[in-house]
Amino acid sequence: MSPNDFVRRFQSDWQAIEGLASKALARPRAKLEGVADFPARFRQLCQQLALARTRQYPPQIVLRLNRLALFAHQALYGARSGPWSEIKSFALEDFPLLVRRHAGLFWVATCLLYLPALAMSAVVWAQPELIYSLMDPAQVVDLEEMYEPGRPHIGKRASDTNVMMFGHYIQNNLSIGFQTFAGGLILGLGSIAALVFNGLYFGAVATYLTRVGYAEPFFQFVAGHSAFELTAIALSGMGGLLLGRALLTPGLCTRREALVTTARVAVRIVYGAAAMLLIAAFLEAFWSSTTAVPPLAKHLVGAALWVLVGAYFLFMGRRAH
Amino acid sequence: MTADQGVTAKHVIPLLDTVRAVETPEGVTIDLRVAGPVPRSLCFAIDFGIRALAYLGLAAGLATLGRFGTGVLLIAFFGLEWFYPVLFEVYGQGATPGKRMLGLRVVHDDGVPVGWSGAMIRNLLRAVDFLPFFYGCGLVSMLLTRDFKRLGDLAARTVVVYRETVTPPLRLPEAIPRPPPVRLTLAEQQAILAFAARVPSLTNERAEELAAIVRDVVRGEGDVRAGLLGYARHIAGER
Repeated sequence: MSPNDFVRRFQSDWQAIEGLASKALARPRAKLEGVADFPARFRQLCQQLALARTRQYPPQIVLRLNRLALFAHQALYGARSGPWSEIKSFALEDFPLLVRRHAGLFWVATCLLYLPALAMSAVVWAQPELIYSLMDPAQVVDLEEMYEPGRPHIGKRASDTNVMMFGHYIQNNLSIGFQTFAGGLILGLGSIAALVFNGLYFGAVATYLTRVGYAEPFFQFVAGHSAFELTAIALSGMGGLLLGRALLTPGLCTRREALVTTARVAVRIVYGAAAMLLIAAFLEAFWSSTTAVPPLAKHLVGAALWVLVGAYFLFMGRRAH
Repeated sequence: MTADQGVTAKHVIPLLDTVRAVETPEGVTIDLRVAGPVPRSLCFAIDFGIRALAYLGLAAGLATLGRFGTGVLLIAFFGLEWFYPVLFEVYGQGATPGKRMLGLRVVHDDGVPVGWSGAMIRNLLRAVDFLPFFYGCGLVSMLLTRDFKRLGDLAARTVVVYRETVTPPLRLPEAIPRPPPVRLTLAEQQAILAFAARVPSLTNERAEELAAIVRDVVRGEGDVRAGLLGYARHIAGER
């Protein structure tokens, strides 16, 4: 068969496939007319592409078929599900499953966050001025001002609005979470440093404020969002430690392959952690700072959220297929 | 290694190229053209410019709202930085506006369009690729991998390729179609066609000089260049 006969004979098939594929790509979830024989038509097209190649047909024919085959391939094998089903299955099953699968590292990250916090707490309790080893005096003054008892809004200056603080907390939380994760690429050391530093900082601040008699405003402020924020920072650190472990002990893979495989898991955990940090930022801006709710209620809500977060990671996704 | 094997191995080594073959479940390979760091930096610059304009517009609009406006701006900043590339890559057939302008798109390693999880993974790791400054990691990673992948691409198993365009019909100079004296491979045919398409833009001397490279193949013919143009017409399907 001469190349031109080949084109004349199959031209109409190719146009039909092209039309169908472009419709399918434009509206991935629509039900299309004639879609039932699309796979069969695509297999024919693939055969014709292979034929054109082995027969050394002119390049423009091969290129045309290559383009068409790629197009149809994308239409046939491209993702069909929308964002919501993926988000739903991630939130309800995959995220807690992933965290449980790597529970050991989660506890390591948690210890790296809380043990320094406890140690620093003991130190600052004994000698409050040691807080200046972590913060400069201006920051400490700011801190005392924000948590002074009897203020209408806790944790911010009088002129700051809730929306402004929401935006600020988003930036702040996510950048801390992300630094904690990305540091894992330095053999896990960056993550360890970030976790330890955040632990020291939190321990110092909490104990210092307690020492100067500001415990009540401070703890009712952090109660609401602490479950999400502290757990999410531990999870970010866990993601970083996963990367570090893949680099240090790649097992049977090359280091690069181990890193790629692990990164796919770690990044999903970090996305979950980012979502938790968003929730934390929202609570921090709109709930934690309010004084309209009695302190006892805020402590109870805080405790309930800790139970909720714990139950989520312990029990969700256990009945998954 | 014997001399023979040396020769065979030499023939097997493919030319350096940015074509990446993807095998489909149907058992054929489809060729993708991978895009390198330079066009991708340009895409980034365009997208960055678009986002910068958006921030300037928002900042001007929200300036009247004081601290509330600052909050909205920070939230918008977060949303755009994190979701601008993701949304465009998922809903814009794998291309942010910058990529679209340069004719690039993101696909998975197996050639299918990038989905939600792929787009989110590759764009979250942008921040790692950005380290230590201005995409240092990303550039090193691109130069070390065969398909110009930055770390985000490695983790998400994606690749940035040139969008396949409809190939325009070839314009070949006038000549009498003649079959080549030997059976030519596809690559050889393509070389001859590319030569023929370029002839009008070359000086006579340069065209002759180039044609002289294959004088032995066209032996027995007087004018090598006219011979090649004839083969080109034949290869293009004229008889």
